[in-house]
Amino acid sequence: MIEILDILLSANFWAAALRIATPLIFGVIGALICERAGVLNLGIEGIFTAGAMAGWMAVWLGAGLWGGVFVAACAGALFGLIHAILTVPLGLSQHVSGIGVTLFATSLSYFIYRTALPDVSSPPRIDAFQPLDIPVLSELPFIGPALFQQTPLTFLALFLVVATAYVLYRTPLGLAIRAVGDNPSAVESQGLSVYAIRIGTVVAGSAIMALGGAFLTMSAFDAFFFGMVNGRGWICIALTVFASWRPGKALIGALLFGAFDAFQVRLQTEVGSFIPGQIFLMMPYLFSIAALIVVARRADYPRALLVPYFRGQR
Amino acid sequence: MTAPVQEAALALRLDGITKRFGALTANGDVSLDLRSGEILALLGENGAGKTTLMNILFGHYVADEGQVLVNSGNGSLTELEPGSPHAALEAGIGMVHQHFTLAENLSALDNILLGTQSLATLSTARAPARAKLEDLMARSGLTVSLDARISQLSVGEKQRVEILKALYRDARVLVLDEPTAVLTPQESETLFATLKTLADDGLGIIFISHKLAEVIASSHRVAVLRGGCKVADLPTASCDQRKLAELMVGHEIVETIRTEKEAGRSLFVLKRIFAGQGRDALQDVDLDLKSGEILGIAGVSGNGQTTFAKVISGLEPIVSGEMLLEDQPLTHVDARKMIDIGLARIPEDRHHDGIVGAMSVSENLAIESIRKPENQSFGLLRFAAIRERARSLIKAYDIRCQSEDSPARLLSGGNIQKIVLARTLETMPKVVLAAQPSRGLDVGATSDVHKRLLAARDRGAGVILISEDLDELMRLSDRIAVIHRGKLSEANPTEMLDRSTLGLRMAGHDGEEAA
Repeated sequence: MIEILDILLSANFWAAALRIATPLIFGVIGALICERAGVLNLGIEGIFTAGAMAGWMAVWLGAGLWGGVFVAACAGALFGLIHAILTVPLGLSQHVSGIGVTLFATSLSYFIYRTALPDVSSPPRIDAFQPLDIPVLSELPFIGPALFQQTPLTFLALFLVVATAYVLYRTPLGLAIRAVGDNPSAVESQGLSVYAIRIGTVVAGSAIMALGGAFLTMSAFDAFFFGMVNGRGWICIALTVFASWRPGKALIGALLFGAFDAFQVRLQTEVGSFIPGQIFLMMPYLFSIAALIVVARRADYPRALLVPYFRGQR
Repeated sequence: MTAPVQEAALALRLDGITKRFGALTANGDVSLDLRSGEILALLGENGAGKTTLMNILFGHYVADEGQVLVNSGNGSLTELEPGSPHAALEAGIGMVHQHFTLAENLSALDNILLGTQSLATLSTARAPARAKLEDLMARSGLTVSLDARISQLSVGEKQRVEILKALYRDARVLVLDEPTAVLTPQESETLFATLKTLADDGLGIIFISHKLAEVIASSHRVAVLRGGCKVADLPTASCDQRKLAELMVGHEIVETIRTEKEAGRSLFVLKRIFAGQGRDALQDVDLDLKSGEILGIAGVSGNGQTTFAKVISGLEPIVSGEMLLEDQPLTHVDARKMIDIGLARIPEDRHHDGIVGAMSVSENLAIESIRKPENQSFGLLRFAAIRERARSLIKAYDIRCQSEDSPARLLSGGNIQKIVLARTLETMPKVVLAAQPSRGLDVGATSDVHKRLLAARDRGAGVILISEDLDELMRLSDRIAVIHRGKLSEANPTEMLDRSTLGLRMAGHDGEEAA
């Protein structure tokens, strides 16, 4: 038990939790925005991959780090646009289109990577984002190393949580997004375009998702390799339900998941000698299933989620 | 109602509107004028093209021919950009749809504000909006609590939010599609009083209706649509109900007449039934249906009718209480058992619960008796027999379809209802449960349904008729009970009841207390 307490009381553990949570924060915020407008975006897993690849490659080709972030967001927006066009004006199944976007974006990213680097066995590294040393704050005991020695993308993720909450609840645009996910005809009868709002929201949400992928190559691993997204996108879809489509709860969910992941790594070094490592790898996922069982039953789904809207049909 | 000022400015002109959907002409060369301060009733049967016309006006549809001209406030008429609700709103046209267009997850205030500010604005201006709305509510009498979520509001309150949405945008023309369909008689009266106030303030109002009484009582002028064309445009003062009915239907109307008949013995009894959850739960419901009678259940929708029908159909388990058929208690009730012991179920949502749309007419006709030997042998369907029987039922019930093999979903609402009637009534059921059997049907199909129900009663079945249409209930029922918040009142003979008593009970006031 002392070992467990030691883990929880180390600043290093909390710093890792926040670091692991960062791509999930981007992903869950992006997924949440899309679903608030009534569009489930299962393209998320592929958009993560595309963001990771595009951001990394831009930097590798000589763009600045923030240039890479911008390229990643554009890649995400592009795949988001494909998904939006298929599901919003054409009204195709959001599940099928989303899975298709994931397969397409993933394969295309791998293809481009392989074509650019046909003979490379160990993925080339880039000079990635380094932890910011925020004066004063990062020198606070415990809190400083736990929270304020992160890379800029982590702070961008936290900022996006606040910004998303503000847009959704305090602006006319947020009002329209929340309304279109509940009853599109309410939006149309007030003179707004259902299609424009949904497409715009999905594109923006997808761009944010792609930043989660960009974090992986530009802050965490410093390189791109196959399979690196490893289901993080799917976790974000589950976290969205866990969060009841609220940005604040989404942050909490992502942090919980990050904490669990960080915890299992450390626990593994403590008791790994007699429990197989795979058990620990399962823990975060078991946790998310358990959390969903508790929360999702009374989840307040956006009423128009998955329901396509056709003008003039009622 | 007194005639409006004839010299008032023209607020709106529809000029030669034609709209086709494939082979169907929904509107044929319809022209219509509306003056400021005038209340115009747009009267017609289901499918006469009223809603299509108003949807063209509001920009949901684009007319194939003709144009909409609006007085933009300076006295001259300008053409409205077709196909744009945004343009219609800008031109001062507000529309209250029959199915409310409100986002349930937002507050009333937010629903009203939706789309009134540019989407690039950085913050929602709730405070000034609230002030303007408080003022509007005070002047019009349309009070709602602005901060309540729409999902918590009653139907009447939702409608007030819809009207406020239009007024907040300074509408000069207000269109209401079947505004009283979901209201109690008292709520309807309040609504029309409000509309009158608004018209006196200079608002031009069009309301769509197929209820003659309210058209006569509350409009200045009536335009009648039949088969997509305007067949009359008259001052209301020059009309009576009979004349309007004939204009609407196109021929003289023969009303179904219920003959006096002594009810038989007790047939189907509910004792102290509790069931369901939430607003639609049943609380301590007693019922004693006799053979050879029609027992009407009146009430505003959402007061437990759905659960009531489900319980009797065997689709909803009873929490406590007892059901008896011919003095025998029914246990382990499910839908199949209820059909087997002689219940005819005419469901409220006939498209969803009455038929399987993708299956053929003949299959739909056999679906409840699929296990009977005439329809199957050794677990294999006898298609020839099923189709043979379908052909005779199609003839007997006048079901208009291409053949017994066409998918049922292609049929019109009235013919779908005839499939349900043929399937359920042909088995000579003991108990008939008819939930909203004529809702959405035209006059012809409605009178067919009524005849069938009366025939079932006359041969000794007990009929439970759940309806929101008081006229229908009073014409057909031998006795009427009222359901309110899951409680069912005592059933009184129809001759002892009048509309206002029923209306009060529907609103939850006890009969004696009000009298």
